[in-house]
Amino acid sequence: MANLSEHKNIESIDYNAIEAMESFNNFVKKKNTFLFSITAIFLLLYILLPILAFQPVLQQKFIGNITGVWIYSAGLFIMTIVLCTVYVKKAAAFDKAAAAVLAEYQAKGGK
Amino acid sequence: MNLVSVGFFLAIVGLTLVVTYIAAKRTSSASDFYTAGGGLKGWQNGFAIAGDYLSAAAFLGVSGAIALTGFDGFFFSVGYVVANLVLLYVIAEPMRNLGRYTLADMLTARFNEKRIRGVAASGTIIIVILYMIAQLVGAGALIKLLFGIEYWIAVLIVGVMMTTYVLFGGMTATSWVQIIKASLLLFGTGVLATLVLIKFDFSLMKMFDTIATDHGEKFLVPGIKYTSTIDSVSMMMALVLGTSGLPHILMRFFTVKDAKTARSSISWTTWITAIFFSLTIFLGFGALNFVGIDKILAESKAGNTAAPLLANYLGGDVLMAFIGAVAFATILAVVSGLVLTGASAISHDIYGEIIKGGKLTEKQQVVAARTGSISIAIVSIILALFAQNLNVSFLVSFAFCIGASANLPVILYTIYWKKFNSTGAISAMVTGLVSCLVLGAMGPNVWSPVEGAAIFVGNPLVPLAVPAVITIPLGFIAGYLGSVLSSSKVPQEEAERIYKEIRVKANTGVSVSDISH
Repeated sequence: MANLSEHKNIESIDYNAIEAMESFNNFVKKKNTFLFSITAIFLLLYILLPILAFQPVLQQKFIGNITGVWIYSAGLFIMTIVLCTVYVKKAAAFDKAAAAVLAEYQAKGGK
Repeated sequence: MNLVSVGFFLAIVGLTLVVTYIAAKRTSSASDFYTAGGGLKGWQNGFAIAGDYLSAAAFLGVSGAIALTGFDGFFFSVGYVVANLVLLYVIAEPMRNLGRYTLADMLTARFNEKRIRGVAASGTIIIVILYMIAQLVGAGALIKLLFGIEYWIAVLIVGVMMTTYVLFGGMTATSWVQIIKASLLLFGTGVLATLVLIKFDFSLMKMFDTIATDHGEKFLVPGIKYTSTIDSVSMMMALVLGTSGLPHILMRFFTVKDAKTARSSISWTTWITAIFFSLTIFLGFGALNFVGIDKILAESKAGNTAAPLLANYLGGDVLMAFIGAVAFATILAVVSGLVLTGASAISHDIYGEIIKGGKLTEKQQVVAARTGSISIAIVSIILALFAQNLNVSFLVSFAFCIGASANLPVILYTIYWKKFNSTGAISAMVTGLVSCLVLGAMGPNVWSPVEGAAIFVGNPLVPLAVPAVITIPLGFIAGYLGSVLSSSKVPQEEAERIYKEIRVKANTGVSVSDISH
């Protein structure tokens, strides 16, 4: 997150002014699009497990006696780790964008 | 109860008391008490959140369920792991940026009304009590089984320990008890899984082959417990969305200094839970193969002792005593977190903010927090003593259902939806809560035509064990309709001004330094 030490006096922040800034709205829009599209994807992949688990496709054996449900579940575990790592990386970029917005606000004369 | 068991048991009690003693010296303000002063590091909070996930239900319950029902038991493992992503992507950081001690604090940052705080706090207390009864009854039965202590004495021991941690050490002690327990549990599970793998020559294939030939192919696919898609879908929805609405998990985000640390907390939790729940396969199939269904069922119908029995087979009395002690630590840690969360709702939300209008001094707040902790502990212990002979483990699924149907819609709308208003918030919370309780009470966990299978004898009116597939949409719809059909309590301009402020705070964390320190 942004460096907060400059904002000693919190009451003096003009939130409406920040909210009206174009850079802020671009940043939030980009961030929310990323967050919600990824969330929709992983929730969909996740809820397919209890649906497909009762279908022949995941009930058949894939490797030896290991059936599709175990492999799909392992896939969801890997997906979780990967998306967690992706988020942490992406969030670092969002931190920078948020800091830039606040810097712009201060440069415009906000305290 | 042998000497080794007593030794491990006392070691855990001793260690946690030392932690509490150290924590007590650092617990002087309300912020210390509820959030450890916001001073936990990412890895510490990550282990503590993992500790909350890995309750006795997760450790003993899931390994037992896999042993008895094969893949059906593993559904839970997948649900708990993916739930991390919901927390990480949409909840953790805005929660940290907007809240102070409780869920109600976060909601009232947008709607400064006492009724919002009251409803949110009531929801928290209901979830905490349901969760706690299930944990305490399970704990009593488990300790009775492992150590041969009477049920009521076991419940009292757990009750006294949890109250001691919270009362003296607040969130600092509770967090460290969670960290110690999560580490021990990860270690113990790792040892058990490795020993099982050695027996199968480190071959996953060999393990699945043995299960298929010796125990039947039905363990390889779902169907022993869950026979319908809708039942398992509903349960999985409650797990993945409910975690983000459980107040004792949400409260953990206020123990760190900023959104970045909240993020790293969940990152740690994701790795810990992914490793732990992968290992539950070895615990479950190990118990099925080496202990056997008959022996597991003879000790507990729900299979709760599968893991300790497996430990006994693999490593004798010493390993079993160690796993038993870890299970005991698990229960202690989870119930302590629940006591603290319940106290935050009673003492901070209801007493401090609603009754006293937020005008308590720092010292009065701490006294109120301690009084609240004792009250919630006593109520829970009494309820647990009465519930001894009831099968109440399903109450945990009710808690997840309420979290997903009442809390999650309100949290998401508060952060992300401009037109949301306080009437919408009340509608969502009340609808979510009431529908879960009513539909749940008409379901197969409460009613069964077979005597002794549920609490009452009779046909369930609702066929779903967990009604989440109905109640989650209800919560969201109620929040939407409540908002569009009512007029805002505050003038339009004021409502917009507040939402803009929330939006800036949630996305930039610009106000957190003021909130936590």
